[in-house]
Amino acid sequence: MKTISLQDAVAMIPAGATLMVGGFMGVGTPEPLIDEIVRQQKKDLTVIANDTAAPGVGIGKLVDAALLRRVVVSHIGLNPETQRQMLAGSLTVDLVPQGTLAERIRAGGFGLGGVLTATGIGTIAEEGKQKIAVDGRDYLLEPALRADFALVHAFIADYLGNLAYVLTARNFNPLMAMAADTVVVQAENIVPVGVVAPDHVMTPAPVVDYLVANG
Amino acid sequence: MDPQSTIARRIADELRDGMLVNLGIGIPTLVANFVPAGIRVFFQSENGLIGTGPVPEPGMALPWLTDAGGRPVTALPGASTFDSATSFGLIRGGHLDLTVLGGLQVDRHGRLSNWMVPGKMVPGMGGAMDLVAGARRVVVAMQHTAKGRPKIVRESSLPLTSERAVDLIVTELAVIAVRDGRLTLIETMEGVTVNEVLNMTEVELIIAPELASAGAEAVRRSLSAPSTGGAL
Repeated sequence: MKTISLQDAVAMIPAGATLMVGGFMGVGTPEPLIDEIVRQQKKDLTVIANDTAAPGVGIGKLVDAALLRRVVVSHIGLNPETQRQMLAGSLTVDLVPQGTLAERIRAGGFGLGGVLTATGIGTIAEEGKQKIAVDGRDYLLEPALRADFALVHAFIADYLGNLAYVLTARNFNPLMAMAADTVVVQAENIVPVGVVAPDHVMTPAPVVDYLVANG
Repeated sequence: MDPQSTIARRIADELRDGMLVNLGIGIPTLVANFVPAGIRVFFQSENGLIGTGPVPEPGMALPWLTDAGGRPVTALPGASTFDSATSFGLIRGGHLDLTVLGGLQVDRHGRLSNWMVPGKMVPGMGGAMDLVAGARRVVVAMQHTAKGRPKIVRESSLPLTSERAVDLIVTELAVIAVRDGRLTLIETMEGVTVNEVLNMTEVELIIAPELASAGAEAVRRSLSAPSTGGAL
C-alpha cells in the first residue's frame, strides 16, 4: 500500500477506464476523488455503482460533466440528468437488480465466475441470460464483475490500509475493494496502526493499493 | 383519513412482534407510523441498516446514517449495519418476513409491475426484484385506480417485477389476497361496498366466503376497529 496525493491518484486513471465507485445515493462515495476526476476531465468512463445519485451529488457530478459512456447500476430514478442522457443516446445504462449487482461484484472479488440467483426470473432482466436448474428450481447465471479501479470511501484507514466503514456509508465499498485491479481509498480519518482492533477491520490492508493522503 | 394513511394503517395490522420488515418508498414508508403498540418490529433499509428510526431532530443529522433514498434517519437501540451483499442476503435468503412495496399494476395472477413505464419513466428496479423474489411475504400498497383507471388488470401493460405472485394487495377500497393463484376479495374498507370494488377492478375477483356471508364486513370491522385517538 502506498499513500498518494489526490491529484496523482486520479492521474493514474486513463480515459475509457472502468471504475467501481462506492456509495448509495452519494452516501459513502469518495467525494474528493469524484471532484478531482471532474477537474482532470477524465472522459468515456464506465462506472459500476449502486446508482447515479442526484445532480451535483457523488457520481451525479460525473454525469453532470458528461464524463460517462456507460453505467452499470440498479437505480437512476433520482437523477433526471442520467435519464436525459440515456434517452439522448449519449449514455448507456445497464440496469441490474441491486442484490444481483452486489453479488456480481462480490463474485468478481472472491474469485468466482458468477452467481446463481432467482431474482429477475420471468422478467426482462433475464433476457440473454443462461438459466440453470438446481434441485428443481430455476436460477439466472449472473456473471462476475470486475473493474480497472475501485474508488472506495472508508471512515477509518490505518497507516497500513486496514479499513473500517461507518453505518450506511459501508454499502458497496467493502465488496468493491476486493473486485478491482487497482484499489484507491479515500478515508475520513487516517490513524496509526493499532487504533483499529483486528476484529473491527472490515477490509484487510493487503487488498488496498493506494490511500489518498490528507490535504 | 386520507387514502394513503388508510392503506398504511391496514397493512400495519399484518405486523407481528419480532418481524424483519422492509418498506419501499411512498405509501409503504407510512406503515412505520402505525406499528401496533406493544410489538417490536425490525425495519430494514436496503442500503445496509436494520433498526431504522425516525428522522433526526434538527441539527442532529449524520451524513452517513441514511435511508435508501439518501435521507438522514436515526437508528434505534439494537440497530445493526452491514454491506450490500449482506443486506440482499437477508432479502433473498428467506430472512425477511415481510416487504411492503408500491405498485403501478398487479395482474390477474397477482404479479406486480412497479419499476418502469417504457418510454416515460425508467428509474430502475433498485431492490424491488430481489424483494419480491426473496421476501417470505409480499404486500402491495397502492391506490386502487390511477386517473380513474383500474390498476388491478387482466394483463399488465408494464414490465413485471417478478414472476412470483404477491400475497396481499391493500388499497384505499379493499384488501385482496392471492389465494391458490386467484385474486380474492377478503375485505372492503369502511364505507365501501363489494360492488364498488368490483366496478373499479378489471380482474374478476373471487369473493371470500367470509366476506360473502351477510354482515361479515360489519363483524370484521368491529373485530379490527382501530384505536382512535390519532397516532398521527
